[in-house]
Amino acid sequence: MRTLIYLIPVALFLGALGLGGFLWALKSGQYEDLDGAAERILIDGDEPPK
Amino acid sequence: MSCCAPGAEMTLDLADATSVLPSSQEIRLASRSIGDNLCQTDLSVPTVHCAACIQTIETALGRLDRVENARVNLSTKRVSVQWRGEEAPPFFATLGRLGYQAHLFDPETGKEDKTLSELIRAVAVAGFAAGNIMLLSVSVWSGAEGATRDLFHWVSALIAVPALAFAGGIYFRSAWNALRHGRMNMDVPIAVGVSLAYAMSLYETINHGDHAYFDASVSLLFFLLIGRTLDHVMRERARTAVNGLSRLAARGAVVLRGNGVRDYLPVGEIEPGMELHIAAGERIPVDGNILSGISDLDCSLVSGESKPRTVGAGVQVQAGTLNLTGPLTMKATAAAKDSFLAEMVRLMEAAEGGRSQYRRIADRVSALYAPVVHLAALLTFLGWMIASGDWHLAMTIAIAVLIITCPCALGLAVPIVQVVAARRLFEAGVMVKDGSAMERLAAIDTVLFDKTGTLTLGQPRLINGPSIDPAMLAIAADMAAHSRHPFSKAIAGFAGSTSRPGLHSVSEHPGFGMEAVTEGNTWRLGRRGWAGWKARTGGEGKRGGHGGTVLSKNGMIVATFAFEDTARADARATVEQLQDAGMSVQMLSGDTANACRDVAGTLGIEDFVPALLPSGKVEWIEALSREGHKVLMVGDGLNDTPALGAAHVSMAPATAADVGRNAADFVFLRESLLAVPLALDVSRKAGRLIRQNIAIAIVYNAFAVPIAISGHVTPLIAAIAMSASSMLVIGNAMRLQGFTKTPSPERASRDRRGRPGMSVQHP
Repeated sequence: MRTLIYLIPVALFLGALGLGGFLWALKSGQYEDLDGAAERILIDGDEPPK
Repeated sequence: MSCCAPGAEMTLDLADATSVLPSSQEIRLASRSIGDNLCQTDLSVPTVHCAACIQTIETALGRLDRVENARVNLSTKRVSVQWRGEEAPPFFATLGRLGYQAHLFDPETGKEDKTLSELIRAVAVAGFAAGNIMLLSVSVWSGAEGATRDLFHWVSALIAVPALAFAGGIYFRSAWNALRHGRMNMDVPIAVGVSLAYAMSLYETINHGDHAYFDASVSLLFFLLIGRTLDHVMRERARTAVNGLSRLAARGAVVLRGNGVRDYLPVGEIEPGMELHIAAGERIPVDGNILSGISDLDCSLVSGESKPRTVGAGVQVQAGTLNLTGPLTMKATAAAKDSFLAEMVRLMEAAEGGRSQYRRIADRVSALYAPVVHLAALLTFLGWMIASGDWHLAMTIAIAVLIITCPCALGLAVPIVQVVAARRLFEAGVMVKDGSAMERLAAIDTVLFDKTGTLTLGQPRLINGPSIDPAMLAIAADMAAHSRHPFSKAIAGFAGSTSRPGLHSVSEHPGFGMEAVTEGNTWRLGRRGWAGWKARTGGEGKRGGHGGTVLSKNGMIVATFAFEDTARADARATVEQLQDAGMSVQMLSGDTANACRDVAGTLGIEDFVPALLPSGKVEWIEALSREGHKVLMVGDGLNDTPALGAAHVSMAPATAADVGRNAADFVFLRESLLAVPLALDVSRKAGRLIRQNIAIAIVYNAFAVPIAISGHVTPLIAAIAMSASSMLVIGNAMRLQGFTKTPSPERASRDRRGRPGMSVQHP
């Protein structure tokens, strides 16, 4: 029982971290151009993307 | 250049070379200011395909003056360019030089995208909640007891609250909307089931009970939201693809002010009485009268006439026609809202009957399903109340009945099939605007085709090319390459321009033809009477075709050209396939009876109605509908738009007028008309699968409901039964991919093209 007291919050926290990460990625537009992201890896640019 | 400039998958097979590049003012009109003196313009570039394209475009545009940033979105095939200053940088010329055809894109309102991100967020939250609650539920099922179980239930309850509020909100709002208007949809039983399951579980938790259905209420939402999101993504993709097509209506026009000032005004601000300058290649923005200038007008989109019309001062012109050869000055006689185009939209809205009355299969099923289920739950409650007298037990069992019958499978049964079917059609270049369109298409028994632009390409083709002296043909082609007239393009297209030196001062005489000089000889290509000024008019017995287009040398006719409107690829096969499928096929046209008879004869269509006005087409469709026929209308012109709205279901080619494209339920991007029987076939198969899926869901209920009524359902059984039925329904829907899929050549070649790009990494 005592282990549960901290294991459950830990599990939920980690899950929430994943959810938060996904929502952040969504908000910052990382899902807007999935095909493009897959292709852009082939471009070898010397300068960092703007 | 890379592997993929022209001819890539989404390109139109019919490149519309008649359009001129948008002027700088037009670009400005279509861009939006994003502050800090920056403007953003969205361009649709259908031919971007791979990393090389992205890099080429971004580097080339980025190098232009005043361009701050250019970013390609490969998924939507768009480029957004940010630039500063007054004058737009020459994007189009730059892209054109690289071999990419681009067109302007109206700034998005961004409303649709919000729905999508709301749905995805809801899926994420529901998925998070469902996963965690399921984790806790598994512990309960495997024997957690006493305080531990209570703790798990409490934690589940706390996770479920935000999930229901956030993810379930979509269903609660939709259910409430339906109920308020006295209708029933699938969301009503879902909303009722989910909220009752939650309420009962909360009561159980407070009273230290052993059965809580938090997992059922949340995972139900999760499954349903996945179906709904996929459905939305599919429609959004179709919508984006249709929006990405080049815009055919004029966006604005150059207004000549009295004091010699020229202003570029958006169409909405043009008032009657203004004088407008229409350059060759532009569309007429509003109805009006020509003041000066001579030109040829392409009216095919407006009236269905296949031959260009020669116009001069004093002639009345309609909005939407394309000015082909010479500049015109016209006086507007109507504002845009009173012009031909707006009139068509009004007719279409008035005609919209059959479609708005249609009720989706899912809604029809749920109108029967929900009352039955809710009644069963009520009877269960009463029965157990009488039998045991324990209201808590009776309530628990009644709610278990509601949960087990909650139409998870039913809610997925329809959208999942439609998503798979839409994807199938998308791969074949057919865009489906919404799911109900496929249901309606499956029910049709009559197919009506427009002639010009639908059965035919609306573009003339040289038919006597082989019998013309190749040397003469080459000269004609070189001259023709300088003109935008459809006949010229047909000649140039047949011979292929070589642009040899020697032709001097090629000039176009609007309404007559082209003139060029070589080493003292004057060549003319055009109307017989004008070009062959020395020859006696009247045929030398040659085929006249369309009024006789000739090539003359110093006034003597040296070659005669005959043209014919080309039938779309596979038009005949399409008609045959449709007739085999039991459809009655008819042709409606605004063109003359003679022109119609030729086309109908070649294609094997028995019924045709010539010389119809737009309202005539609508009346024809309404008459058929009154006789109980379900009509599919396939058309492209402005004059077809009302008919597209009036028909039970409608299709338009990608070359259709903008309003028509927006009004049609299906838009096909490739040239082949075989898209029509394909869409019909897929829709019918989808309809069959939908009915199977609904049957599966009902059979599932027939087994599950007795168990629930007898009081034997536990949360574990509910979870297994619901997931199993959803899987079954999804699995059945996937069969559509299997039995209709034939590897299409376009797709195969695209895959091949994809490989060289990959090998960059592994040389």
